[in-house]
This record gives sequence, structure tokens and C-alpha cells, in this order.
Amino acid sequence: MTQLFRDARSGEAFAAPLAAPDDFAGWREQARRLVSADVPPDRVAWQVPGEGGEDLFAGAGKAMRLPAPRDDAPQPRVPRAFLDLAGKAALHSDPQRFSLLYRLLWRLQTRPGLMEDGADDDVRRLAMLARTVRRDIHKMRAFVRFRVIEDEDGERYVAWFEPEHHILRANAAFFVNRFTQMKWTILTPQGSLDWDGQTLREGPPAARGDAPAQDAAEDLWKTYYGSIFNPARLKIGAMLKEMPRRYWKNMPEAALIPELVAGAQAREARMVETGAALFTESRPDSLEAIAAGISACTRCPIGCNGTRAVAGEGRADAALMIVGEQPGDSEEQQGRPFVGPAGQVLRSHLAGAGIDPGQAWLTNAVKHFKFVLRAPSKRRLHQNPSAREIDTCRWWVESERLLVRPKMVLALGASAARSVLGKTVSVQKVRGLPQRLDDGAELWITTHPSYLLRLDEGARAGEEARFAADLAAAGARLRDLA
Amino acid sequence: MGLAKGDGRTYKEQMSQPSLMDRLAILADAAKYDASCASSGTAKRTSKGGKGIGSTEGMGICHAYAPDGRCISLLKILLTNHCVFDCHYCINRKSSNVRRAKFTPQEVADLTIAFYKRNYVEGLFLSSGIVKNSSHTMEQLIETARILREEHDFRGYIHLKTIPEAEAEMVRRAGLYADRVSINVELPTVAGLTRLAPDKDVGVIEGAMGDLKSAIIEAKDARKRFKSAPRFAPAGQSTQMIVGADDASDATIVGKASALYDRFRLRRVYYSAFSPIPDASAVLPLQRPPLIREHRLYQSDWLMRFYGFAPGEVQQAADDAGMLPLDIDPKLAWALKFRDRFPVDVNRAPKEALLRVPGLGTRAVGAILAARRQRRLRLEDVAKLTVSVAKIRPFIVAADWRPILLTDRADLKALVAPKRTEQLELFAA
Repeated sequence: MTQLFRDARSGEAFAAPLAAPDDFAGWREQARRLVSADVPPDRVAWQVPGEGGEDLFAGAGKAMRLPAPRDDAPQPRVPRAFLDLAGKAALHSDPQRFSLLYRLLWRLQTRPGLMEDGADDDVRRLAMLARTVRRDIHKMRAFVRFRVIEDEDGERYVAWFEPEHHILRANAAFFVNRFTQMKWTILTPQGSLDWDGQTLREGPPAARGDAPAQDAAEDLWKTYYGSIFNPARLKIGAMLKEMPRRYWKNMPEAALIPELVAGAQAREARMVETGAALFTESRPDSLEAIAAGISACTRCPIGCNGTRAVAGEGRADAALMIVGEQPGDSEEQQGRPFVGPAGQVLRSHLAGAGIDPGQAWLTNAVKHFKFVLRAPSKRRLHQNPSAREIDTCRWWVESERLLVRPKMVLALGASAARSVLGKTVSVQKVRGLPQRLDDGAELWITTHPSYLLRLDEGARAGEEARFAADLAAAGARLRDLA
Repeated sequence: MGLAKGDGRTYKEQMSQPSLMDRLAILADAAKYDASCASSGTAKRTSKGGKGIGSTEGMGICHAYAPDGRCISLLKILLTNHCVFDCHYCINRKSSNVRRAKFTPQEVADLTIAFYKRNYVEGLFLSSGIVKNSSHTMEQLIETARILREEHDFRGYIHLKTIPEAEAEMVRRAGLYADRVSINVELPTVAGLTRLAPDKDVGVIEGAMGDLKSAIIEAKDARKRFKSAPRFAPAGQSTQMIVGADDASDATIVGKASALYDRFRLRRVYYSAFSPIPDASAVLPLQRPPLIREHRLYQSDWLMRFYGFAPGEVQQAADDAGMLPLDIDPKLAWALKFRDRFPVDVNRAPKEALLRVPGLGTRAVGAILAARRQRRLRLEDVAKLTVSVAKIRPFIVAADWRPILLTDRADLKALVAPKRTEQLELFAA
């Protein structure tokens, strides 16, 4: 063995000073020389500015200078996988990182496949450091928040950020590539970066107070953050895992989190209350139960207006179910469907079409009477139910259909059609065209007889003929089905 | 900031509209039921040499997380929540009583730039209710993207939710500006769509997805031959299904997702657990599905995409009604049903067999395959390569470990199933 080899093993330590905490290039250069000179890991002390010397030197007097490599020493070889991980791990704040890197480099010279061995403690430690640094780099890209200031050359975007590891320099290219045409500065406790649109400059450590305290767009951003959050799906653990609390103090939106969480359960309960939970009971098992149910129903404003609910009537096993819109003034007073003026028009046309209303089930899309009081006479003036009111009441109409099981449903007017179909259709377009419903019944749609009553004499004759023709076609089909 | 000025609206329009802040609240709220927020998988770009800002990496960045655990990567809003459609599960349907608002394309573009410059977002995810008609609406979406790309030279991420009923030519134009385009299939079954989205048509939706697929493939081919050929939706297309609004079983949903991946080369299928929405339609189910159901569907999606499970195998993990168990993940459920496939020898088994072991992820499998070239793995080594060795122990053989009859134990599920944990108390004193 050569003289140098004995020097290396002689018990003296070699000092390997680095220029900065993230000086991976400096580590590489010196590590290559140390390996070439056969200096084992326990004889090297890596000196990092700001991190203090290692104990190895405390009593050892002055450290030896780096030995010259042996002439015949081969170039140390390392796999790509090591360099990728080492480049990241070198940025970790762990004071032992450079020693770990050198120990692995040393071991790789005799075990070239070592990097594949994820069960080895050094390899695991390296992977863990690299992963932590990668995450810190990623989180900085994610959580930096710029605030804009105006100076003599226009807008400048300034951010204050506190990275956990020595990643500021490693992240510079990302921000340059992303915000090339913007002037920006990122301030951190370890140093700062400044881009003027052309050149990147490094600056001294900064304090939070050096950055602007607010930005005009932050209220918009907080509004967005609060609105995009879905209170029906609170998952605080998932949020904390990806956005740990230590980042919150530099993120304007994070100030909203406590109130959003606190309000979430209350908001969800309110949403369910005003929204979906209208019908929680099981379907009524008889038409009588429906009649009782609608009398007590207050799930929409019409149900709460104090009028009498009007139940369907007719044969419980009818082949035909006729659905109108809602009870009118007369119907509400008598408590029976289709007994007012429009009902009279309907009954006379049914007779003309050979349909016996006594053999049918007659009902309405909406079970209560919606009206406004006309001022002087206090007459109750009919008002159309809203789509929402029809949709709410649909549950009752569906329940009736489930019990009566008609072969044909005749819907009179747009409200009735919506009640059966769940969507608004144009009556004029679909009249006379039967549709198959989910349960196999046939749906026929025509106008509501009250429409005929509102027409003037000229138009009425034509419309009445069309109404009669629709009913005649439906009546003929009903006899086929029966 | 220039957010409010020069938006081209008349005095009357400005007076009749809520403030920008109010509209942002309304139109972000209206967009939150869309699950997707990904900004990944697109072509790499930087703003060097350009006139504006923006860059994309392979991996998207989540710039914030909301308390619902979701990543906030993009400014996700609707151009308007006015809508002529009447889909029952949708808060913006015609018959709903929500407050309505609209943005102009210019306003959305300005807002995107303002957010991007402050590093709040990776870009824009724009969708819209249908105003006037589908093509008119699509035109507005494209115009927003055009302003961003051409006037601002914006190089960040743009995801446009495409309206399937719009003219095919428009859908193609959208892909020239957008990184990702998506069309929602909405519901897993045709019956569900017919009942709950009466204005939509499965043929039209799938036709548009098919058009997008061909446009994406054509553009890729063209770029292979001509470097100057325009990029078309480099991050591909995705879709979303609502879970729990109709009675489709998990097995049906898994089958549908698999068919969609195959037929339309989708990058992602998103599942969105139906949320109770204010002013819900009366035909909707009255209870929301447990969020865990959505999670189990994502896990089954993963099994098909990364773990070599065939759709039929995932469906085998479901019960007789076609529902995946909620208390354990589908991979564990499958393993408990097919115990004869275990234990798997970590020192000898092929990759495909290792990927079937409950608790072993793709990364751990990769680590095992590499490490076993270096040493014979003992249980202690496996523990160092994985997250939890306790969970996988019953299913593996190692150099010093063989599970004695463990896979035959009746209480195996109890041994390996996760314990229910209390939700973290975030604001405890």
C-alpha cells in the first residue's frame, strides 16, 4: 500500500468546507477527490456555513488538508439514481446530510447495486431526505403568494416565504420560467431572489416585514376559496396532510379555514333541510293514505296557504288516469277535482270522445289551490304553480300512479306534463304523440281545458276541435289497450 | 388591477349585475360540484420568449386545499349559471331558485391573469350553463380561451368543459386553445340520464366524446410528421359521473368507466358523489351517498389503471347487489374472496402477483423487485420497503416468514381491515 493510504487511515480527519448549505457541486468535487484518495467516511468532516463544525474537530487541532488523489486511482463511479437523489438530499436541513452522501458514495464503490436495495438503512435515509426536499420544493411552488406593489418602473410582485430546507436557489428556474414577463421578488429568512424580467439576482436574508402586507386581489381570492369549498364534504385530515398548518400564516386564504369548518356542518344541515329531505317516509300504501297525506302536506308554499287539499277521485283500478294542473276556486270549495268551469268543459269533451270519467282516476299535478286575491272584489285569482312546486308535489302523483297502475295517463296542460315527465315540454309539439312511460303506461298530452276558456270566440272553435280530436284519439287507443 | 374597468358593459348592465366579487362567489359556488381540478399531463411550456406569463410542468400543482380536502389548482368557475336545461341533480337547472350571474369572457380572462400573477392558480377551468343555445355558449367559452392565449399570451393551463350539443367544429376549436377538454357523461346509465337529465342525450354526449378522441389522435399524428402542426388538447380528455343520484350499482359504474376508457381513450374518469344541493329537485334521492363510496370507486379505478385488474375482477370484489364494500378497500375485498391466490412469495413472485397483495402499492412493489436483486428479503426488510407490514403480512411469504394458515382464518378480515378512526380534531384547544 502507498504512503497516502496510510495517511488516510492514520486517525486524522480531513476538513471538507462547502461554500453554502446547498453547495452540492462543491460536495461532488471534494467527494470525488476523497474517494480517489481512499479516505473513509469516518475521517471526513463536512463544514457547512451557518451549521457549525462537527465534533470530530473539537479537540483535533487543525484538520488536515485534502490529500492528492493517487495517480492510479480510478474515477469514482456512481449510478444515475444516486446522483438524482443526492442532488435533492443535499438541500435538506439535516446537518448529517453530506456525511450520509459520502458514506453512500464510499459504499457504492464496492457495492455498485446498493442503490437498488431499498431495505438498506443508508439508502432509505437518502430516499427519505430527497423525498422531503422534493416536497418542500413543490410546496414552495404551490404556496408562495405574491403581493403587488407599484414603484417607479411599474408593478412588482413580492412574496414572503419560509422554506424548511435549502431550496430557494433550486426553485429559481421554476419562477423565472413561469413569470418571465413579470418583475418579482421572493424573500425568505435564508436569502432572497429578485427577477427584473432579464436577470436573476440573489439577495440577503429578509424579514417578513420587508414584504407588502396586503394585496387588492386577496379579497377576490378569499371569496373564491370560500365559495369553491363544498361544505357537504368536510375532510379536514386530507387538507392538513397536504397543506400543513405551518404554511398557513403566509397564505391569505388560510385565515378563512376555521370559520369555514365551523360553519360547514350547519350549512350542510340547512342545505338538506331546504333541499332534499322533503319526503323521508315510505310511499303511502293506499289512496286514502294519500288523501290524508296531502291534507297535512306543507312541503311547498301552496301547501301552507291554508286552503283545502283536493285529492284524486274515481276508480282505484282505473285504466285511465287524468292529470290536471291544480284545484281551482270551485274545486277547493267542494273538495273535488274538475268540478269548476274548466272541469265542465273537460267532462263534455270526454263524453264526446266516448270516455267515461266515472271509470277513470281524476287528479291534479298540484294538490292545493294557488291564487292571488284581486283587490276590490277579493276574488281568488288562479296562479300557475312554479316548476319547483310541481316537482315537490310529484311525489304524491307518482304515489297515485303506483297504486292505480293505469294503462294510460292523460296529462292536461304543461304543468301536468311536467308532473308526469319531470321536465317541461311544449304541449303544442307533443300533443297527439303518445309516449311510453317507465312503468309501461302510455302518456298522452293535450292542452288544459281552461286554455279553451281563455280564448276569444274566433280562436276558440279551432282549438276546441283540436282538443276534441286529441281526446278522440286517446279514447280510441284506450279502448284498444283495455 | 384593472379587473373592473373596460369590460365593455353598458352602465345599465353594470347596474343590473351584482359586483364582480358577488358574481365570483355565485359562479364559483356553482362550479364546486365538478370534481376535477387536475392540471397535470400536458405539454411542458414556459413563458420565456413570450409576451406574457405562464408555464406548465408534467405534474400539476395544488396551490391550496379547501377544508373538503380537495386540491385547488385552477380557477374553476362557470361563465354563467343561467341554464336552459333542467337536469335534476344540477343546482343550476332551469327550475332551480339559485341566484344567477354571468361573467363576460374578458372578465374571466382578467381574473385568471390576476390570480395567476399572484401564484394562486395554475390556470383556468371554465364551464358554463347553457344560455340561448349550446353553440352560443360554446362560442363564449372559446372566446375566453382565445383572449387568454392570443391577447395575454398566457401559457398556463386551460381546461374547457365542452358542451356536447354544440357544433362539432367548435369542439375542435376549443382543443386548439385548451390543454384539456372534457364532456360529462353525467350518469352511469342511460335510464338514469333519461330520468334525471331529460334535455341530454347519451348519443350526443358519446358522439362528441368520439369526435374529441379522433381530433386528439389526428393532431398527435400530424405533430409526428410536422413539428409545426398545432397542439390539440395535449392533456387529453376526461369525464365525470355522478354517483348516488340514480340507482346504478358500483359494478355498473366500474363497467361503464372501463368502457369509457377503452372507447374514448380518456385520461381520467372522475366520480362525484351526489351532494345535497340547495333547492334540490323532488325526484332526487333524499340522502347523499357516503363519501367513502366515491373513494372506493376511485380505488377501483386505480386497480384497473395501475394494478392490472380487469373490470370483471373489480366487479368480483362487489357483493351480490353489485356494491363494493365500504369498510374495506376493493383490493382487500378481492383478496379475501380469492384467498387461494395467497400467500405470495416476495422473493420469487412476478410483479403481477405482488401488485395483487393488499397494502402493497406500485411504489412498494417496485422497491421489492429492485431490492430482491440485492438480498433475500426477510419480513424486516419488507417492513422497510412498505408503509405497513402488519397489513400485508398475512398475504406474503418472506425468507423468514410464512403465514401459518392465516389466510384461512375466518377472522382475517378483522385482522387486516382498518380500524375506524375519529376525525382529527383540528381546532381543539
